[in-house]
Amino acid sequence: MTTENAQLTVQRQIRETTGKNRIKGDALFRGIILVILCLGAVIMIAPFAFLLSSSLKVETQVFQFPIQWIPNPVRWLNYVDSLTQKPFHLYFQNTMIIVLLNQVAILVSASLVGYGFARIDFPGRNFWFGVALATMMLPYYVTMVPQFILFSRLGWMDGFLPLTVPYFFGGGAFNVFLFRQFFRTLPEDLSDAARMDGCSEFEIYWRIFVPLSTSVFITVSIFTFMASWNDFIGPLLYINSPEKFTIALGLSTYRSMMGVGRTRWDLLMAASVAMTTPIVILFFILQRYFIKGVVMSGIKG
Amino acid sequence: MNNTLEISQPQIQSGFGRFLQWFKTPRGRRTITGYLFISPFILGVFFWVLYPALMAAWLTFQQWNLITPPKFVGLQNFETMFADSLFWQALKVTSIYTFFSVPMGLVLSFILALLINTKMRGIAFFRTIYYLPSIVPAVASAVLWAWIYNTDFGLINGILSYFGIAKVAWLQETAYALPALILMSLWSAGQAMIIFLAGLQGIDEIYYEAAKIDGAGRWSQMVNITIPMMSSVIFFNLILGIINSFQIFTAGYLMTNGGPQNATLFYVLFLYRVGFQYLKMGYAAALSWVLFFIILILTLIVFKTVGRRVYYQ
Repeated sequence: MTTENAQLTVQRQIRETTGKNRIKGDALFRGIILVILCLGAVIMIAPFAFLLSSSLKVETQVFQFPIQWIPNPVRWLNYVDSLTQKPFHLYFQNTMIIVLLNQVAILVSASLVGYGFARIDFPGRNFWFGVALATMMLPYYVTMVPQFILFSRLGWMDGFLPLTVPYFFGGGAFNVFLFRQFFRTLPEDLSDAARMDGCSEFEIYWRIFVPLSTSVFITVSIFTFMASWNDFIGPLLYINSPEKFTIALGLSTYRSMMGVGRTRWDLLMAASVAMTTPIVILFFILQRYFIKGVVMSGIKG
Repeated sequence: MNNTLEISQPQIQSGFGRFLQWFKTPRGRRTITGYLFISPFILGVFFWVLYPALMAAWLTFQQWNLITPPKFVGLQNFETMFADSLFWQALKVTSIYTFFSVPMGLVLSFILALLINTKMRGIAFFRTIYYLPSIVPAVASAVLWAWIYNTDFGLINGILSYFGIAKVAWLQETAYALPALILMSLWSAGQAMIIFLAGLQGIDEIYYEAAKIDGAGRWSQMVNITIPMMSSVIFFNLILGIINSFQIFTAGYLMTNGGPQNATLFYVLFLYRVGFQYLKMGYAAALSWVLFFIILILTLIVFKTVGRRVYYQ
């Protein structure tokens, strides 16, 4: 008995002391983590800072070594010069046309298809859903060549059709998948009640599921915006006339065109900031949905 | 005449009638509405996947520059490919890029996720900072990093000069160009970090509490709980990383244009040149199929080797 008691007290003492150490250790541990986090943040931010500072410099200062981090004087006119030197407003307009068309295409068709896969039980559903998952695995570059030939046969070259029309057909397997996963989480009672009231399947989709699914619509909408805004290979392949360029394609020509003479890095950086800023603003407003989208793609994928 | 009419008419009606009746059954209705809902997708598969895939299969046996009529050449495109030193160079460059950038990216994003997962005030700030680079458009980031790697006035050489290190022509020297692009890819580790973070937050606290009672330290908890519980997420990020890195194009096209001396001639860049600059559609289609099989085989190998060790909850 006594020995057992002694053992217990010793054990308790050990636990208490290690517990105290653990609290001390915790503070130290957290301190180390904070330092690493800050270092990491500096490394991640440095390219942004360099970008921003270069974009506001007088040209002579861009070519100064060692690097001057704070531009003096700050030359806001770089942005005006950079965006007027090329028809940037046209690039913006073209990009927005493509973005808006793709938004409509993907939100409508992917949600309809996603609803079909999630809520209607029909023969062959699993087969077609398997096909959807398989196309998700298919890299874009594998069908790039034959699609190019197909579009050129259709006479769609040098226009926005190849960059928009395909999305009206299902809106991409990944988006279908996101909608399906979300629709499956809504209770079946909702549909049953609506069916009792004589709603058709489309009415259930349109009147009940769409209003309840704003979060997944926003998530898919963000992905769509990013994909069309950032797309480079698509416009590179299908658009030739400078007045039809998108921002991504326009930005890429700033460099190669100037490569003939000297590159105006100050203006190039200003144009890059102009292309990145809308995305960053969107991110800060809708951060929650960005994160949710990435997580949905990762965990359930 | 009269007889046949009397017999045949009801038969025709009954065929259509049976369809109508089937349509009225719940199962029939569901089938019709179900296929109506997914019809855009089915059409899309035929137009944009199946047709191009079949066309690619046909093209691999043709020689075609889009102008003169296509000519059947049998397996010649594959013979050209295997004898083409540029094909092997592209395969080598892309493999090296994948071999380094994927594991390095995985480790970095995993560490970042672990750091971000500590409960601390202001942690959301760091999460935002780390994620931000991965939303920068590929073109903008290529332009920016070309400037960062600039020999005379770039950021990297600027920082190195503080330590008295001489200027390096990062993107103009064969030895440095590919490592430079690998390093650049780490900047956008934030995407995988978010996926890891969600996985970490999904692990039940109970395991850690039990381990603490048993006297397990931080390292032991990491090896025995965190990593096994995260194995499916790690595996997912690994597969995704391989598939994506085999398709790198924009950085190689804009920053180095495949150079110097083809040191950054990525597979897709080579495919792009063959197809759209040299207009060898048959050869390009053959390259597409080979790319598809390489990615497929790599994925299968990873599934067979790493996939077995994955623990699914």
